[in-house]
Amino acid sequence: MSSIPAKRSLTKRIWLQRYLMILTLPAILWMILFNYVPMYGIIIAFQEYTPFKGFIHSDWTGLANFKELFDDPTFRESLSNTFKISVAKLVFGFPAPIVLALLLNELVFKRFKRVVQSLTYLPYFVSWVLVVGLMYTLLDPDTGVLAKLLVKLGLIGDETMLMGSAHSFLALVVITEIWKNIGWNSIIYLAAIAGIDPQMYEAAVMDGANRFQRVWHITLPAIKPTIIILLILSIGGLVNSNFDQMYLMQNSMTQDAANVLSVYSYKMGLVSGRFSYGTAVGLFQSLVAFVLMYLANYSSRKITKESLF
Amino acid sequence: MLTSRSLSGKTFDAFNALLMIALCVCTLYPFYNILVTSFNDPADAARGGITFWPREFSVENYKVVFRDDSMIRAFIVTIARTVIGTAAAVLFTGAFAYGISKSELVGRKLFLMMAIVTMYFSGGIIPYYLVVAKYLHMKGHFLVYIIPNLFNVFNAIIMLTFFRALPKEIEESAKIDGANDLRIFFQLVLPVSKPVLATVALYNAVFHWNAWYDAMLFGGEKLLTLQQILMQIISSNSNVSLIASQLGLGSVTAASLKLATMVITTLPIVFTYPFVQKYFVQGVMIGSVKG
Repeated sequence: MSSIPAKRSLTKRIWLQRYLMILTLPAILWMILFNYVPMYGIIIAFQEYTPFKGFIHSDWTGLANFKELFDDPTFRESLSNTFKISVAKLVFGFPAPIVLALLLNELVFKRFKRVVQSLTYLPYFVSWVLVVGLMYTLLDPDTGVLAKLLVKLGLIGDETMLMGSAHSFLALVVITEIWKNIGWNSIIYLAAIAGIDPQMYEAAVMDGANRFQRVWHITLPAIKPTIIILLILSIGGLVNSNFDQMYLMQNSMTQDAANVLSVYSYKMGLVSGRFSYGTAVGLFQSLVAFVLMYLANYSSRKITKESLF
Repeated sequence: MLTSRSLSGKTFDAFNALLMIALCVCTLYPFYNILVTSFNDPADAARGGITFWPREFSVENYKVVFRDDSMIRAFIVTIARTVIGTAAAVLFTGAFAYGISKSELVGRKLFLMMAIVTMYFSGGIIPYYLVVAKYLHMKGHFLVYIIPNLFNVFNAIIMLTFFRALPKEIEESAKIDGANDLRIFFQLVLPVSKPVLATVALYNAVFHWNAWYDAMLFGGEKLLTLQQILMQIISSNSNVSLIASQLGLGSVTAASLKLATMVITTLPIVFTYPFVQKYFVQGVMIGSVKG
């Protein structure tokens, strides 16, 4: 296409691409409406928003919402719950898919491996509504199969309402999270493992390395970059502890334990109608998430030379 | 694998296989349990202890559920939003991804940047709610399920990766024949992009089928979705007892209707899953290359 002059005017170029623009621009408009205008709407965290006055004309209150936030005991409770749940999920939930991927990789029959993989992905695709429904059913003290089993094993007393106990709440949150996501989250590790050069293992066998040593010295170091990237991402997601799960697992007995930042923001903003205050909670949550992700990325770059950005 | 196995190696293999079987049982049994219990006579099921087979087979629960108007309505709403929402989102997101895949597009970098920023920053739920409900006045309208879900940046990246890898020759020869970009996209590119369209369509379909949150925020009584009904049943039990009392069906209990509803909302996913799961995994693979 050498005959085309090197520089055309911008309008001419856009005119020539008009059909490409017709394909692209609707999504840009969509993003402005559904992503960027709400981002701009964050300013109501610094206002006393009233629907009549809107985003732009509501009265400014500076940091008043945030001052109130730090004096609010329910907010402090939600902050500490968020950290408790997030740390528990990180400690138990994060390594689980890595362990699963390593174990799957050791399976002798590849057909069997594929069947296990496919089956364990399934819970990822059902809704949290259903998962919580399953838990209520299986843990029902009168009819629940799992509750009966736990009683027989002597792990819980007869007539224990596990779903209605603030004590077992944290454990149930972590276990259901693992149950739902372990298979799906292992895919990425399995892909990383599949990319390892088989010659490495052959050389290790020659050197007399046993299976455990091969996993420890070859597989794990090879998937380390993947692990670290996913770790940084999940540390960033720490304070965003799954709204669906928390909101649906709460009941009159567990609502104090289930009060995390995202649930509190929702309740304050949309249930009680304190739009500005709820937005302040949400903004605080996003800020903490961003700072945590930045710190995780920074320390990872210093320690392991791996980083996301 | 590589070497003949020692005794300890074989012990490990056996233990590992057993562990994996146990994991599969833990994954599947909860689904199986609600399935068999939902087909049991409700009064009998209340005694508990149904584990592998219905004790007294009965379809009473399903009869009641399918006779309920709000349930049928929710079924229609959910199927409608899944079908329409998925088709619309795949086209809308795909069109954007195709445009962005062309390096000559004016403003391409800016558009891409705008999309990527939304992966990391959002206004949060309250400003979003205010925009959709108060500024766009979409509350209570069926389109509130469709329009706010037209675009998804992760799906756009999956499609972008696919479009970029397509051979350029076909499009170039079509251009020489005078076809414009719209025709090329709809008549040439989409037909050869079936694998990625299937993947993205499935993600969208699962999202729409499972959605309850937007139904809670924006739907209202007329636009209840299946998941929203299920959520109401689980969290209060009020809805089902109401259904049961209206119909005057003594034997059906709130708990047994809950089971039937759970089975109905989940079966489509469980049944289609084995046939389509390879497309799901495909998406993760393409997505993770970029991410």
